Amino acid sequence: MHNILLSLLIWIPIIGGGLVLFTGNDKNAKQARVIGLIVSCLTLLLCIPLVRGFDPHIYTMQFRETVVWIPAYNINYDIGIDGISLTLILLTAFTTFIVILSSWKTIRIRVAQFMAAFLIMQGLMIGVFAAIDSILFYVFWEGILIPMYLSIGIWGSVNRSYASIKFFLYTFFGSAIMLVALLYLYSQSGSFSILSFYEVKLSQSAQNWIFLAFFLAFAVKVPMWPVHTWLPDAHTEAPAGGSVVLAALMLKMGVYGFLRFSLPIVPDACRSLDWLIILLSLIAIAYIGLVAIAQQDMKKLIAYSSIAHMGFATLGCFMIFKIIDKTGNLGDAYMSLEGGMVQMISHAFSSGAMFVVVGILYDKLHTRLIGDYGGVANKMPILAAFFMLFAMANVGLPGTSGFVGEFMVILSGIQASFWITFFAATTLILSASYTLWMYKRVFFGKVANDNVESLTDIRGLDILVFSLLGFMTLFLGIYPQAVLNLLHTTIGHLLDISTYTKLVSL
Amino acid sequence: MIPLTHYLIVGAALFSLSLAGIVINRKNLIILLMCIELMLLAVNMNFIAFASFLDNIAGEVFVFFILTVAAAEAAIGLAILMVLYRNRHTINVEDLDLLKG
Amino acid sequence: MNLSAQQLSFIVILAPLLGSLFTGFLGKALGTKASHRIAVTGLGIAFIAALFLCHAITFGNTPPRSFNIYTWALSGTFQFNIGFTLDSLSTIMAVLVTFISFLVHIYSIGYMAGDPGYQRFFSYISLFTFAMLLLVLSNNFLQLFIGWEGVGLVSYLLIGFWFKRDSANAGSFKAFIVNRIGDFGFLLGIALVLAYFGTLNYEQVFAEIPVLANATIRLFPGTDWSLITVICILLFIGAMGKSAQMPLHVWLPESMEGPTPISALIHAATMVTAGIFMICRMSPLYEHSPTALSVVLVVGATGALFTGLIGIVQYDIKRVVAYSTLSQLGYMVAGLGASAYSASLFHLATHACFKALLFLGAGSVIMGMHHDQDMRNMGGLRRYMPITYTTFLIGSLALAAIPPFAGYYSKDAIIEAIGLTQIPGATYAYICVLLGAFVTALYTFRAFFLVFHTQERMDEHTREHLHESPSVVWLPLVCLAVPSIVLGFLFIKPMLYTEPGLLGSSVITLPAYDVLSKMAEEYHGIAAATWQGLLGAPFWLSVFGIFCAWYAYQKAPETPAKLARRFSIFYRILVNKYGFDDFNQTVIVRSVRNLSSWFYFIVDTKCIDNYVVNGTGRMISFLSRLTRQAQTGYLYHYAFVMILGVLIFLCWLMI
Repeated sequence: MHNILLSLLIWIPIIGGGLVLFTGNDKNAKQARVIGLIVSCLTLLLCIPLVRGFDPHIYTMQFRETVVWIPAYNINYDIGIDGISLTLILLTAFTTFIVILSSWKTIRIRVAQFMAAFLIMQGLMIGVFAAIDSILFYVFWEGILIPMYLSIGIWGSVNRSYASIKFFLYTFFGSAIMLVALLYLYSQSGSFSILSFYEVKLSQSAQNWIFLAFFLAFAVKVPMWPVHTWLPDAHTEAPAGGSVVLAALMLKMGVYGFLRFSLPIVPDACRSLDWLIILLSLIAIAYIGLVAIAQQDMKKLIAYSSIAHMGFATLGCFMIFKIIDKTGNLGDAYMSLEGGMVQMISHAFSSGAMFVVVGILYDKLHTRLIGDYGGVANKMPILAAFFMLFAMANVGLPGTSGFVGEFMVILSGIQASFWITFFAATTLILSASYTLWMYKRVFFGKVANDNVESLTDIRGLDILVFSLLGFMTLFLGIYPQAVLNLLHTTIGHLLDISTYTKLVSL
Repeated sequence: MIPLTHYLIVGAALFSLSLAGIVINRKNLIILLMCIELMLLAVNMNFIAFASFLDNIAGEVFVFFILTVAAAEAAIGLAILMVLYRNRHTINVEDLDLLKG
Repeated sequence: MNLSAQQLSFIVILAPLLGSLFTGFLGKALGTKASHRIAVTGLGIAFIAALFLCHAITFGNTPPRSFNIYTWALSGTFQFNIGFTLDSLSTIMAVLVTFISFLVHIYSIGYMAGDPGYQRFFSYISLFTFAMLLLVLSNNFLQLFIGWEGVGLVSYLLIGFWFKRDSANAGSFKAFIVNRIGDFGFLLGIALVLAYFGTLNYEQVFAEIPVLANATIRLFPGTDWSLITVICILLFIGAMGKSAQMPLHVWLPESMEGPTPISALIHAATMVTAGIFMICRMSPLYEHSPTALSVVLVVGATGALFTGLIGIVQYDIKRVVAYSTLSQLGYMVAGLGASAYSASLFHLATHACFKALLFLGAGSVIMGMHHDQDMRNMGGLRRYMPITYTTFLIGSLALAAIPPFAGYYSKDAIIEAIGLTQIPGATYAYICVLLGAFVTALYTFRAFFLVFHTQERMDEHTREHLHESPSVVWLPLVCLAVPSIVLGFLFIKPMLYTEPGLLGSSVITLPAYDVLSKMAEEYHGIAAATWQGLLGAPFWLSVFGIFCAWYAYQKAPETPAKLARRFSIFYRILVNKYGFDDFNQTVIVRSVRNLSSWFYFIVDTKCIDNYVVNGTGRMISFLSRLTRQAQTGYLYHYAFVMILGVLIFLCWLMI
């Protein structure tokens, strides 16, 4: 089974999604839910042999599968994983499972279609993280837009059509330009395999152009300032499950792109343009952090905090050149990249969980405005306790996962420049301000109005969902080495090839 | 013997007439259909003339094909016209601007 | 018992954690009684284990050690571990923390009785103890920071324990944010340590110091700063947040919104002393930076005097004690600046006992007064609460540094050390701490007289129900009163004037700054020291303070109002707490909020989203409106254009 494990992970959810779509309708919603759950459980179980079979000590792609697809253009169905892909695939499987559980009761219309959309999204997402052929990657990458677009457009709230179209056009625009870059790289290397792109020699100006093309595609996905405005809208309008997938997975695709494409394919352009990304990341951290303080809408606030947190991921990825220039030692740069990776993973848990909480509240009171709440902790103490945990992870409190990534990036930043760290560390104050201020206004105080008075605490399934998320948050915070172990060799290899110049020697 | 150019001039004249008919005609859709038929005939004229002057049978074969297609086209065109009339109660070209942006 | 030091340290740290987890998760199922039994037992075990540990390390032959438990993260050339240092400094702190925490646990059984969040409370304070122990036992900066923020979290949760009160929520929020501002500096300091030393392990860092003693760092172009100074000052910013030094002290008075046992445990005895502990721990670093020492000295001394002054005009009994905490923390920090680490730590220990005593005594008073904290409604309580009265008096005498109470020995040592030190700012600091002695005695006894003497000002209803608190409440008071008396003269010699002292090699002082050894030369036994104290200025200043308090509040109660009118400007400055709160509220908070709304509404929503993003959309619809004019819908137009196109194409082909 080992040699088709990855294909199974990609296609079981997609086929399962199709099955749900064709067999289900709203009369037998239960059946759709159960099939959805079974399929996502199955993928989660398939991850066990994946982890067990993965050898963290080699950097080459593992679980490789190659099937000829379009021989005329040398396009193959070529998949495989390294440490970075593996962690993100695990995250995908886990998150989808959480989404299906958390949408169990909150989605009441078109249940089958909902489950199908999220299962298909899961398959495509795993495909993105596993693809080695760039056209295959591109197909999966764009394919995800469709179910996500539909999930916002169908199950979203009032302003959903604006948000869904904005989301689609924004992200599509970026990736269309990426396709041009891929075609150029094909013309240079004669193959669409990403690994063959790594070998191509390119001039500085060609690299710069390719870098910019990739940058547009990935920066929109991350999202980086100033192409971030689709995210708050998409998050606000999306159903809770959609927000979770957006925050936990979709944003990660952007950083994954930087790691898989930009850094190794155009290392010299990255080196010369790294200031751009560092600058934008710092803006994301400090400026977006301030913007988050002004939010009146819980989902928007969490969305902005997501942007600020993703700033750490991109900062971590692109600080490596400055660090190596300063210290002259490749080993010092590990922490920056690994911090970025850990930040991505931890952000999935904390902000995903926060979106689930807001989803639960929204389901009961049909409002996301902070001002409509107050004193929720009186009526929902268990929810309040869980939310405190996730809020603290968002704040980056030591012992939770949120701390690890920020800590590593901040600490390695000072090797690049004191001022990078200085601005990055403002997140300590800003994230505490917006998160806890929201917490205070929503959960603390006396019961604010009759609607809040009518709330009842979470039970059963929701507690299970939050316990799983809470466990992951704490586990990653107390023992991050578990994840770092998987990443270490891959990151090392990535550092090697990203610091090796690819300029054509004349 | 009439030289080839004369045939070609007749063909071109027929073509231009039908073209003018299409562009200038603002009233009746049937005239438009007729103009299209005429255009095809102009082409046929050229085909036959070349076939005869070049001693190549292929031109005449083509004419048969074109005639068949033209007949089919006229039939379908008239059928569409009938449906159009039934739906919109007019075949006035000026009124048919559904494609207006 | 034959447990090794390592096993003991595990027991010390895990017992409170288990207690917290049990009461936190199973509290509702267990009920109140089982919950507090579990929590108290956990703390009891931890306290006993800490005693054994301290006995073995500090007084016994077990050598100090540092060991790693597991690798937290391994990244490139950097390794982060979780591990413990067991030396005299950490074990003494562990004993202190578990001792006070244990008593506070017992006290809370009475104080929190009937509160709906009873189990939650015990879970929190056990968790606090765990985090604090993590902090003091740590052998590296990472774990120090984990514990540091961990205690901050629990402090936040406990200040906001009564989350229905808006003032409690505001106080907890403020505490967290101000602490975070301190942590901002602290984290930068840690980052610099890692960048230049390559490790976060204490031992390795301290071993590297001589190599980097003269290293410089360029923060701004053209200016070179001493690396060690920058690190020390950044770390000190963290300590300023946690130990509430000016100007980051603003959160501590507001933290009094939490339940009183918390004020005793967290905001007087343990958590706020984390900064002092940290600087003691980092003494090898600080010793290499006279600039940082001066900063520490001046900041501490300023706090010691000026926060004390505010205490004179407060009427909330807990706030008076809170400001006295601020002032005493100032003493400790100033002592650190004078390189008298042992003296500061000594004062930390005695202060922990008598300040916890004062807070718990205040709590007992508050319980008697039906949760009224205003001293203007009290008076004459000594008749109703004799035990509280006696213990509170002991605490007050210790705080006012009257021999032979504990506070005298430790505080006097600090004042003397500051008088002896030569670093810049020492004279100013010496004046501050001397005047501080007078102020301390004044506000302490002002509170004492207002609460326990003077005429009874409470209403009838309250008076009828006034009685001594239950035994779970006064027992801890008595337990704390004992060390408040004896701790001073029992430990002054081993702590300060023996070579090597109790702290042994945990703190390091360079010969140039070693004021304590100078003082040791003049030390001739406890009796002589006490006698000498009676002749010194600090003692007479304290006595004078007590006398003033007695005169102004007992003898001639109209004096304070007269003085307030006479010196109304000073009075107003003190009542406004030097305007720190107003400044923060009007300038900092408001500008941040304005900036954030400006960023959101103008830059983000209007410029980026409206003009650029939606502007692109609008641009496209505008263009499409233009081009749709070409689509007339007439077949003949299309045919014409088509033919025109063909013609142009033909022409192009021919040319």
